[in-house]
Amino acid sequence: MTATETETTVSLTIDGRTVEVVAGTTIHKACEAAGTDTPTLCWAENLTPVNVCRVCVVEVEGSRALVPSCARPAEDAMVVHTDSERVRHSRRMVLEFLGSGVDLDQAKDLARWIEEYGADPTRYDQPDLPAVTINEPVRIQDDLYIRDYDRCVLCYKCVEACGDDAQHTFAIAVAGRGFGARISTEYDIELPDSACVYCGNCIAVCPTGAIQFKSEFDLRAAADWRPDEQTVTRTVCSYCGVGCNLDLHVQDGRIVKVTSPVDHPITHGHLCIKGRFGWRYVHGGR
Amino acid sequence: MTDLHFTDERPDPAEVTAADAAIGDAAVVVTETERLVRSGTARRRGSRHLLLPALHALQHVRGWISPGGLNHVCDLLQVPPAEAYGVATFYEMFRTDDPGHTDPVTHVCVDAACQIAGSEALIAELEAFGTHVRRSPCLGQCERGPATFVQSVAAPDFVPADRDRTMGTVSADAEPHVISQQGDPSLRLLKRVGVVDPTSLDSYRTHGGYEALARAITMGPDAVIEAVAESGLSGRGGAAFPTGVKWRAVAAEQGRPKHVVANCDESEPGTFKDRVVMENDPFSVVEALTIAGLATGAESGWIYVRGEYPLAAARLLGAIEQARGAGLLGPDAAGSGHTFGIEIRRGAGAYICGEETALFASIEGFRGEPRSKPPFPTTHGLFGEPTAINNPETLLNVLDIVSHGADEYRSRGTEQSPGTKLLCLSGRVARPGVYEVEFGITLGQVLELAGGLTGSGELRAVLLGGAAGSFLGPDSLDLALTIEDTRAAGTTLGSGVVMVFTTDVDMTPVVVRIAEFFRDESCGQCVPCRVGTVRQHETLVRMQRAGSITDERMVLVDDIARVMVDASICGLGQSAASAVTSALSLGLIGKPA
Ligand SMILES: Cc1cc2nc3c(=O)[nH]c(=O)nc-3n(C[C@H](O)[C@H](O)[C@H](O)COP(=O)(O)O)c2cc1C
Ligand code: SF4
Ligand code: SF4
Ligand code: FES
Ligand code: FES
Repeated sequence: MTATETETTVSLTIDGRTVEVVAGTTIHKACEAAGTDTPTLCWAENLTPVNVCRVCVVEVEGSRALVPSCARPAEDAMVVHTDSERVRHSRRMVLEFLGSGVDLDQAKDLARWIEEYGADPTRYDQPDLPAVTINEPVRIQDDLYIRDYDRCVLCYKCVEACGDDAQHTFAIAVAGRGFGARISTEYDIELPDSACVYCGNCIAVCPTGAIQFKSEFDLRAAADWRPDEQTVTRTVCSYCGVGCNLDLHVQDGRIVKVTSPVDHPITHGHLCIKGRFGWRYVHGGR
Repeated sequence: MTDLHFTDERPDPAEVTAADAAIGDAAVVVTETERLVRSGTARRRGSRHLLLPALHALQHVRGWISPGGLNHVCDLLQVPPAEAYGVATFYEMFRTDDPGHTDPVTHVCVDAACQIAGSEALIAELEAFGTHVRRSPCLGQCERGPATFVQSVAAPDFVPADRDRTMGTVSADAEPHVISQQGDPSLRLLKRVGVVDPTSLDSYRTHGGYEALARAITMGPDAVIEAVAESGLSGRGGAAFPTGVKWRAVAAEQGRPKHVVANCDESEPGTFKDRVVMENDPFSVVEALTIAGLATGAESGWIYVRGEYPLAAARLLGAIEQARGAGLLGPDAAGSGHTFGIEIRRGAGAYICGEETALFASIEGFRGEPRSKPPFPTTHGLFGEPTAINNPETLLNVLDIVSHGADEYRSRGTEQSPGTKLLCLSGRVARPGVYEVEFGITLGQVLELAGGLTGSGELRAVLLGGAAGSFLGPDSLDLALTIEDTRAAGTTLGSGVVMVFTTDVDMTPVVVRIAEFFRDESCGQCVPCRVGTVRQHETLVRMQRAGSITDERMVLVDDIARVMVDASICGLGQSAASAVTSALSLGLIGKPA
């Protein structure tokens, strides 16, 4: 590594432009500073990078393989390409691969990138041999949230939010191997029997709708999910004295889901069951 | 500390006894969490590294890992059950559903060497006999395929082909292993194989054992590392990284516990050299790892042996115990003034656990998922601490370097590839087996050494370097087998695999199986490999079924290969297209022979 501890900033080149960033900044953040937009999927502001999805890869001169920008710190004199043929190819293929195995309909942001890179997830599915897909039933095991692993891209975010990064509950983990890997409780036991404490932090971090509020799921099933018409009201949770911010998403006068701002200094987007689901009492729910 | 949540299932008494024995009194709960810089993985210290042995114990006692048994182990080790389940389901040898019987299960290898030796016919035969069969990836017995391995319930696992079923405890029962080069005075790495009694420290000493360690102690750590660096020794596990550079980096780390690890996971299809050494000259691995520990200043050594090598594991364990008894391990190991001990870990069926960072995760009791490098193991290895990890063959070379010096070592091989190399000859050759050759020997000479071709056909292809290597055509017989020459030719010696195919072999199923191997063995962490290996295999199956390649399919294979090479986290994904791509360019697919 060229960046030494004593240096406070490093200077690198991104697509021909020189950028100066604080030492330790990731290439992804440096790209942002340079005004270059980078797709991400498994990365989140409030979670430790796992760098598994590889949609954010960039080309770093002198490095044989492409580099995950979300996790790799920028180094002095690094020369980074974010739009080379190799980068575009890998990003396109990652998007195609994901789309070929799971349902990305509700994935935030991805449609834009799929279009940008010309990804065609359908070309793996051929009549002579259909492409295997994840193919899991929707798990509806309580009336708070559902899990639909047909939408799961295995970004590990829910596992991190349930475990080391926020909740320290460890109710879910990755089980199995390869294409058979799934997010699972032990022996796939139902959530109410598991260690789950219904903080709903997994719902908040899931980028694809694989974990979602039952309220949202039901409205979507009734073709009545209208996010454009929803209002978001910020309040402070009244259950205890911590002072967590809640964003109440309201459709037709009813709360349909609750989130917390990722940049909130206390919650970092994470809540507990009372903040996340306590609103159900408002509507006379369980 | 978080309170763990458990379901109501309880263990049965046998499970309790087995798990407690595996865990011992080490179940002292420490949940200090250390976060690795940038890798994003928390490594709970303390006793979690006993999870893998405990899962082995549960599997062994009932033939599967039951919810009650898992709860018991998780309670002892303070591991969340969901995580432990995630670990258990990662490995081929563990079951998490009740098989409904406690009979032994016979694993039959279906990888290339065994595939062409008739593994499907053997499976049919065994099944007709009522045997429980499981199709397995390469079992590391490619010289004697179709290979089998028997996993038992409440009885030792064993390899039917092993003459020694005593698991190395009684030397009188062991017939010596026979290699073709036996008695050749120029042998360095194999000189004791078949000569020494692998169960006896005295016998090992009679054959020159522990002279190198004594010399290494006299020389001191710096001089040992200097000699290793001067010898030009490079890693034999596949990546050919300079060993001296690695050791020097670990030696330079101060103030933290350090580790040396012998990577005996040997699961690259076509590879069995480490097995032959471990089974027949286990003390050499123990001695060489001790030298590595003293040279780098590491106090703890680990040997990670693949689960399908019960005899190797037993012999190594026996060697460690005898060495400990003789004061060659432990506090003041061999009178060096330094503490050094070795622990053995048995893998449980996962090729990916041979990748160094996955191997660390596996020992630590996590899923065998590799992590991005940097940081490298020399600074962030096992338990996040500085670690030198080497292939046993690499370590074996050190014995000669220390004993005879770097100059003598360099008298063989080439300038850039000094020394000798173990090759694993399998497939259609007259005398398959392990051979020690001088770097620079040509591929054609190697085939001659193994007695030439067998069968009716002519040479069609050689798979060099294993499934992660590539196919070469008959025009490559003059290729000099060195690191530099193979690299220049766009191929690799990898782990020393030389698998030979003749024109009477239908190559299409062989190539399709290689694609399936990667599909089965991908850890599933990163998208390019998790999905890419599946789409690659599907595309090849289409070619096989249709008997034609088509431009569209070629484009797919090519597109898939590029993203796997460019964007996968580890070497598995990065090499998963190598053999397939080379097979296509040699025309091995689609055209019936
Ligand atoms: C998928 C995969 C499997 C591997 N399996 C092994 C193995 O079984 N034995 C081994 O020594 N190295 C294996 N390696 C290489 C190790 O990561 C590492 O480079 C090696 O142990 C270093 O030892 P060396 O420098 O002595 O070669 C594997 C690498 C990959 C990517
Ligand atoms: S369920 Fe959602 S958050 Fe969890 S791994 Fe799948 S896509 Fe990621
Ligand atoms: S390349 Fe394959 S084996 Fe390696 S980390 Fe990615 S998914 Fe796992
Ligand atoms: S966002 Fe960087 S690897 Fe997923
Ligand atoms: S044991 Fe069958 S190919 Fe290695």
